Amino acid sequence: MSENAKSPPLPTGTFMERAVTWSKKNLFDGWFNTILTLGSIAFILWLVPPLVEWGIVNATLAPSIESCKEATGACWGFVNANLRLILFGTYPFDEQWRPLLAMIILMGIICGSLGGVKYAGVRKWIIPMWVIGVPIICILMWGGIFGLTYVQNSYWGGLPLTLILSSIGVIFAFPFGLLLALGRQSNMPAIKTVSVVYIEVIRGVPLITVLFMASVMFPLFLPDGVTIDKLLRAQIGIILFTAAYLAEVFRGGLQAVPRGQFEAGDSLALSYWQSMRLIVLPQALRLVIPPTVNSFISMFKDTTLVVIIGLFDFLGTVKLALRSDPAWTKYYVEGYAFAAAIFFLICFSMAKYSAYLEKELRKGEQR
Amino acid sequence: MTVATETTTGAVPSPSEEDVIVVNKMNKWYGNFHVLQDIDLTVRKGERIVICGPSGSGKSTLIRTLNRLETYQSGEITVNDILLGDDIKNIEAVRRDVCMVFQHFNLFPHMTVLENLTLAPIWVRKMPKKEAKDLAMHYLERVRIAEQALKFPGQLSGGQQQRVAIARSLCMQPKIMLFDEPTSALDPEMVKEVLDVMVELAKEGMTMLCVTHEMGFAKEVADRVIFMDAGQIVEMAGPQEFFDNPKSDRTKLFLSQILSH
Repeated sequence: MSENAKSPPLPTGTFMERAVTWSKKNLFDGWFNTILTLGSIAFILWLVPPLVEWGIVNATLAPSIESCKEATGACWGFVNANLRLILFGTYPFDEQWRPLLAMIILMGIICGSLGGVKYAGVRKWIIPMWVIGVPIICILMWGGIFGLTYVQNSYWGGLPLTLILSSIGVIFAFPFGLLLALGRQSNMPAIKTVSVVYIEVIRGVPLITVLFMASVMFPLFLPDGVTIDKLLRAQIGIILFTAAYLAEVFRGGLQAVPRGQFEAGDSLALSYWQSMRLIVLPQALRLVIPPTVNSFISMFKDTTLVVIIGLFDFLGTVKLALRSDPAWTKYYVEGYAFAAAIFFLICFSMAKYSAYLEKELRKGEQR
Repeated sequence: MTVATETTTGAVPSPSEEDVIVVNKMNKWYGNFHVLQDIDLTVRKGERIVICGPSGSGKSTLIRTLNRLETYQSGEITVNDILLGDDIKNIEAVRRDVCMVFQHFNLFPHMTVLENLTLAPIWVRKMPKKEAKDLAMHYLERVRIAEQALKFPGQLSGGQQQRVAIARSLCMQPKIMLFDEPTSALDPEMVKEVLDVMVELAKEGMTMLCVTHEMGFAKEVADRVIFMDAGQIVEMAGPQEFFDNPKSDRTKLFLSQILSH
């Protein structure tokens, strides 16, 4: 510590010398840290080599059951052989380019929208992109026009289904959650009560119940002959459920904005909605980026629950592939590892983006 | 703290005969607590009123009722002949002409200084962006802070922030300005720069109601000084009479306490 008196000393000596100094300071300062360091090294040595051996060295990618039986490591051949079933579910085999293209378009729109936060040039295209993109995705998925054969949405499945359910979920749950949060803070008793009851009831039941109700109970209340599509019901269930959670997240953000900000808006004669949109929400939403992304990640994973009402999301199609041929069934570890990797990749991207967004929005206005 | 006089030469114009604010038997309660009791107050156009009193006397609450940041339960307030009640149209009409400068500035931290100033002209007055920007720069120059236009409020000192807040109100080209302890949250060395701007405004004939303990400011520009205690207007007089010859004992006590150091 005493060397820090004047200016920070520049590192001296050879690379090895500096490496030794660094380790002494960061890894072996004191007996407790030394034990932790040695323990961590032992744990890594115990875990990593067998994992690499199983997953890479002794693994096979060949899509045949024979090579899997010979291999002592992981059988990625299961994923390889069933890739299209896992990715696209029961969508007609010859038409699977359609969900693939739809998925690429959807990812493109999402990436474009996320980039729009930083680049004003992209920002003005966000709404046109969705307005044009969503119908194209619908046409690709359903077909029925432009010479595309009609595909009932009960055949949709896999990664496109998961992505569609969650991105449409985000798009609708976000504004609905915001309205609920504002409603809960409203001075009007009717609006306030409805919001509070809604949030508490929906938060109080598991998503699986909401989906089950949407799928089994809801049709009983509809008049004869009226049916609402199963996928649509699941989608609405997910939106209604996520909105209740988001509402509480947003409410936290609204409460964190000082009262003086509302008053400044009022005294400048801004209307309630102008104050909200221009002054309060930009500050409130920025504060709640981490828990909002938390909710989205959790919703993304919760879409796997649609399997209970007979829709095959991405995790569902992995199970489907495992059951499709009894020979493959014992390679479930590989199947689930693959699904986990894809889920992790997407969730981790969301987390990274949220960190980036926070940093980007904080620029230039440190207090 | 005294107000420097370099920037404040020239006489203070006299107010006109036209009444712009009329408060008639106004009462306000917080629950069972009677914060404002039978307030009667008439403010003429161009008049400068300083309101002082011990903390909790209701002085901030009083000026906050004048642009409906606080409601009242009985009596009547009219501003520019508009009755200030529950009617949202009336409230917005009053607020377009009555701006408030707050103790804690209440600038919008997520916008630059310039954006803070142009926001209301663009959204409330429907002014074209270019025109709003010119107007904002004009007022920033007047409060001598134009070079900070592109900074964020958090990067400015307290005195600078309060001057920005005054400029933000001026951009609405208000007829009446309310100041709620504008210098109380400032470090001592920054009080003068804010008071200088306020004195200039006073000399231009702006109608002002100012809650403050800056008695130098009151002596220099006020047409009337009001002393409040326990939710009532205890004394109301011209500055000379108010300071030299206060009538009520409570006023005398208050003045002796704040002028003794």
